[in-house]
Amino acid sequence: MTRIFIPCDSTALALGADKVARAFEAAAKRAGAAIEIVRTGSRGAYWLEPLVEIERDGARLGYGPLTPADAEAVLASGAHPKALGDVEAIDWFKQQQRLIFARCGIIDPLSLDDYVAHGGGRGLKHAIEIGGAATVKIVLDSGLRGRGGAGFPTGIKWRTVAGIEADQKYVVCNADEGDSGTFADRMLMEGDPFVLLEGMTIAGIATGATQGYVYIRSEYPHAFATFQAAIGTARKAGWLGPDVLGSGKAFELEARLGAGAYICGEETSLLESLEGKRGLVRAKPPLPAISGLFGKPSVINNVLSFASTPWILEHGAAAYAAYGVGRSLGSQPFQLAGNIKRGGLVELAFGPTIRRLVEDFGGGARSGRPLRAVQVGGPLGAYFPDHLLDTVLGYEEMAAVKGMLGHGGIVVFDDTVDLAAQARFAMKFCAVESCGKCTPCRIGSTRGVETVDKIVAGERREANVALLRDLCETMLDGSLCALGGLTPYPVLSALDHFPEDFSRRPARQAAE
Amino acid sequence: MVDSGWSEAEAKALIDARRHEKGAMLPILHDLMHRFGYIDEAAIPLIASALNVSKAETVGVISFYHDFRRTPAEGPVLKICRAESCQAAGCEDLVDHLERRHGLVADSHHGRVQVETVYCLGHCAASPAAMLDGEPMARLTRESLDACLAEIAR
Ligand SMILES: Cc1cc2nc3c(=O)[nH]c(=O)nc-3n(C[C@H](O)[C@H](O)[C@H](O)COP(=O)(O)O)c2cc1C
Ligand code: SF4
Ligand code: FES
Repeated sequence: MTRIFIPCDSTALALGADKVARAFEAAAKRAGAAIEIVRTGSRGAYWLEPLVEIERDGARLGYGPLTPADAEAVLASGAHPKALGDVEAIDWFKQQQRLIFARCGIIDPLSLDDYVAHGGGRGLKHAIEIGGAATVKIVLDSGLRGRGGAGFPTGIKWRTVAGIEADQKYVVCNADEGDSGTFADRMLMEGDPFVLLEGMTIAGIATGATQGYVYIRSEYPHAFATFQAAIGTARKAGWLGPDVLGSGKAFELEARLGAGAYICGEETSLLESLEGKRGLVRAKPPLPAISGLFGKPSVINNVLSFASTPWILEHGAAAYAAYGVGRSLGSQPFQLAGNIKRGGLVELAFGPTIRRLVEDFGGGARSGRPLRAVQVGGPLGAYFPDHLLDTVLGYEEMAAVKGMLGHGGIVVFDDTVDLAAQARFAMKFCAVESCGKCTPCRIGSTRGVETVDKIVAGERREANVALLRDLCETMLDGSLCALGGLTPYPVLSALDHFPEDFSRRPARQAAE
Repeated sequence: MVDSGWSEAEAKALIDARRHEKGAMLPILHDLMHRFGYIDEAAIPLIASALNVSKAETVGVISFYHDFRRTPAEGPVLKICRAESCQAAGCEDLVDHLERRHGLVADSHHGRVQVETVYCLGHCAASPAAMLDGEPMARLTRESLDACLAEIAR
């Protein structure tokens, strides 16, 4: 029996993985070959998807990107123009430091046995052994910072919730992943859902919370279905329920779907949405840790923050803190997107330069044209020109050049990009997605769009550039949350680094 | 998939199945969307009374979220991503192409295929991306879109 591994990750499906799987079945039938097709998540090398792996002599030999027409030949002989050799030996994978994504793309995402056989569950068992207080201390000492964007120390949040007496506490996972250029949360939920489930359960043990919710955006139907199935399996196996793995501690989980609102990724908006309301941002304080979901103390973290904790509990705080740079410790899944040759997920210790990712891993623009701008950190992140690509990817290092790391998305643009159009889009996106609570965000963004239009049309250019900068100041200072507060980042970076794009058309000083 | 024959009895059953869950509003709205393809006007008082909130609040929630439609979709829905990663890979050219070649105008809410703008589907490593009635598509080109629309037409 030959085992053949084919991803069921939704991007792989979008690239035809199901058709390829059916072609292998048919080809095997015709050849009378005994095969077993195992559906896995993706390893994240999307430039090679659909990537098919055939087990031979204990190694997994890769072929990709495949089309259904390739199946027959690949099955018949190992040699094939799209043969990649032992997948583990491919440089693009070998150079990564995979802590969170160690199993993703390798195991059957919904097999708990597979999960355990590949090291899953050890972190949770350790947390149960040492108890809540010691678990919080390890997370604190590891230096883990939230991966949703703000980089707040996870251990501090957990300690706050653990320290409050309450009849009910909650663990909430932010799986809204709305940033363009990011897909790590999706890939993990589709490829290794148990590691998130384990991390959330560790948070439950650590803080005394007995109920968890995962808020998954509705654009991710596959991730939602996989995660729901994982919850069912875990419950049956006693990983969830009134007595988690015989610990005497209760923890339950429920997956909930978002409904197409970017702002619901903001944590208080997300809580409102979970409560069944419009996703209006709440003023802080109170912090969610003190009064969160349904008014109860709540831990709220990103998917990757929770998913980092099983490794930390298993290997210890010091081992984790040995990875990284400055105050950014551990590993970060970077996501290479946009106009890029080798797009996908690259998990590395914090500290590589943007250039190492977009050039060494990414291979430059897919179009073959020169690369001109790189947006890091989603729609609220800055656009970087070539001379800033040697910036180190860490929270403080990015802030020093008026950028942010956000959720680790890196979007590459070639030289056909128009940064004035990108600045306009940033303002428009803010206008479309604003929750409407504060004026600078709601009105300022619409004025921002109009102002960029005037600048581009050459209308009183200098005055309008000054107005646009003023608008950005007002939004930076006067917004309740980071949607209004950070939209100026992409706009100002476009103005600062690519001013020529705002003056392509001749000025019409007199025309009014 | 979805047939949009509204049924008050079925809607009631769906609402009743969840009314006691905490924060049941969104799950109920999703169930109704899943069953009927839209939220019928007649569902609003049912939801409001089951969850003990005002009708205005119910309408407020429905209109806040992009996902919830108040009328049934005419024909297949093509959600095309127009966020930054897909922009970098040429999604605006595809939107132009849909309009010029196929007469399908994004967000115009009519045409044999309804083209809707979305911002990121999580396929950004293989941009441009779209979703046709829930089926994901990536690394789209004019040609692959043409083929996909030809398939729908058949
Ligand atoms: C407009 C906006 C959108 C956000 N979207 C997300 C998101 O999609 N996922 C996420 O984890 N955090 C998002 N955040 C950050 C959350 O508010 C919050 O900081 C995070 O969930 C905390 O988890 P962490 O500490 O693990 O990062 C967003 C914030 C803002 C202001
Ligand atoms: S900044 Fe915008 S999204 Fe944030 S609270 Fe204010 S209006 Fe809402
Ligand atoms: S930006 Fe289009 S799929 Fe993410």
